Amino acid sequence: MNVQFRPEPSASVGVKTAIADCDIHPARAANDELYPFMAKRWHEHLVAYGKQAYHGMMEGPPYPKAQPNASRRDAWPPEGGPQGSSLSFMQKQLLDPYNVALGVLNPLNSGQGLRNQDLAGAICSAINDWQIEKWTSKDSRLKGSIVVANEDGVSAAAEIRKRAGDKNFVQVLLLSRNVEPLGQRRYWPIYEAAAEIGLPVGIHAFGFGGNPLTPSGWPSFYIEEMVGHAQCQQTVLASLVLEGVFERYPKLKMVMIEAGFGWAPSLGWRLDKNFERLHSEVPYLKRKPSEYIRDHIWWTTQPMEDPERRDHLFQVIEWIGWDKLLFATDYPHWDFDEPSRVLPAGVSDANREAFYLGNAKKLYGIA
Amino acid sequence: MTRHVIAPVDELPPGTRKFLTIDERPIAIFNIKGEFFGLLNRCPHQGAALCEGPLIGLAQSTDPGEIEYTKLGEIIRCPWHGWEFDIRTGQSYCDPKRFRARAYPVNVEPGSSVVKGPYVAETLAVSVESDYVVVDL
Repeated sequence: MNVQFRPEPSASVGVKTAIADCDIHPARAANDELYPFMAKRWHEHLVAYGKQAYHGMMEGPPYPKAQPNASRRDAWPPEGGPQGSSLSFMQKQLLDPYNVALGVLNPLNSGQGLRNQDLAGAICSAINDWQIEKWTSKDSRLKGSIVVANEDGVSAAAEIRKRAGDKNFVQVLLLSRNVEPLGQRRYWPIYEAAAEIGLPVGIHAFGFGGNPLTPSGWPSFYIEEMVGHAQCQQTVLASLVLEGVFERYPKLKMVMIEAGFGWAPSLGWRLDKNFERLHSEVPYLKRKPSEYIRDHIWWTTQPMEDPERRDHLFQVIEWIGWDKLLFATDYPHWDFDEPSRVLPAGVSDANREAFYLGNAKKLYGIA
Repeated sequence: MTRHVIAPVDELPPGTRKFLTIDERPIAIFNIKGEFFGLLNRCPHQGAALCEGPLIGLAQSTDPGEIEYTKLGEIIRCPWHGWEFDIRTGQSYCDPKRFRARAYPVNVEPGSSVVKGPYVAETLAVSVESDYVVVDL
């Protein structure tokens, strides 16, 4: 990315150095992998009634993908099952060759987005147990994310508190598309609980809120969904700031996952400019919107911004802060970022170390 | 440039591909409708095993609404990011100015001429009658 064609790519850059991968997607080899972690009642419920989602009477993602399961075609585990469903193959294809010292699991296909909140809570809780059983207890490099029934703040907060102090988990995970923008009060119990147990809240692109993929209706192409993640995340971030979430929970840290970061400065400028004129509408904000963003928000890198001129990339990062970026590959998904190809030349050793590992260890409390 | 023997022709029927490493370089050889093609199995974009991707056609459009689909089965699509390369030339069709996959000339030569030469035929010396696929690196 952002580099010239290299016929014989150097294997020296970043490959041997330990990295953190802050966006790994674990999958189930089969759905019944979750059953041991759910009451029998829910097994029968799933067979009889299935899952009713906000985005319609259908299973799966709200938009078709360009690759099978939106994943790399070389990531099918040899023993079968979908991409990302085998720990041994993940170790062989990702954790070992790239020397991943810390891998953050973000399960996307959970109970989030279901209309039956009890079922959503049961599936999410089962996925949290499953992350320990199948992944984090088997490989200490991997850490889980607490998934919660996002539309039911009360049960979500209870699930978060249940995991307090459990070192298998390093963050709470939400998705960007929900029934309402994430600053709304229905989601506040989630933030309160996360701040209380000292974990950041990650907000990953995608989700199942039942709204169109853009603020002005359904687009025609997958490429519009890919680009639209940045627009959705801007809505989410503006909502969080303007509803006063960071004023109310001053210790809350959040991570914007897989939605880019190149747009951060322009959103900050726009918010600040309007805040100067309209602050009486949101008088509980004590600081400029951009200050909340810079203090409370971390950003995963994949899919890495790739401007024609690398000095533009560096200018954006300077606005955000080199201490706020978290390297991620998005394994096993097709838009995987290869660690040695992401950062252009011209980055200091200290910033490079922070980008690939140091920021993540600090944020997620890993020694 | 050194000539390397890949396999007897009948081990690489049309529609198949073979992966191998020569001089530490990962290579893939394709038989597409009886024609042989060789590529370095490393995408110039981010280094994925390019040749594990599907073979597709080339969708082009001269005007909005007009779409031409040509080179059927001759475009290799990277298994990671979907970059597309012409298997004949290594030419990238996403951003031709920026990336080109490395294409290697592949020929079919009579088996007798191969096993006699100072190449790597000794590892393949099974059937002298049969033709071998060779690659120049």
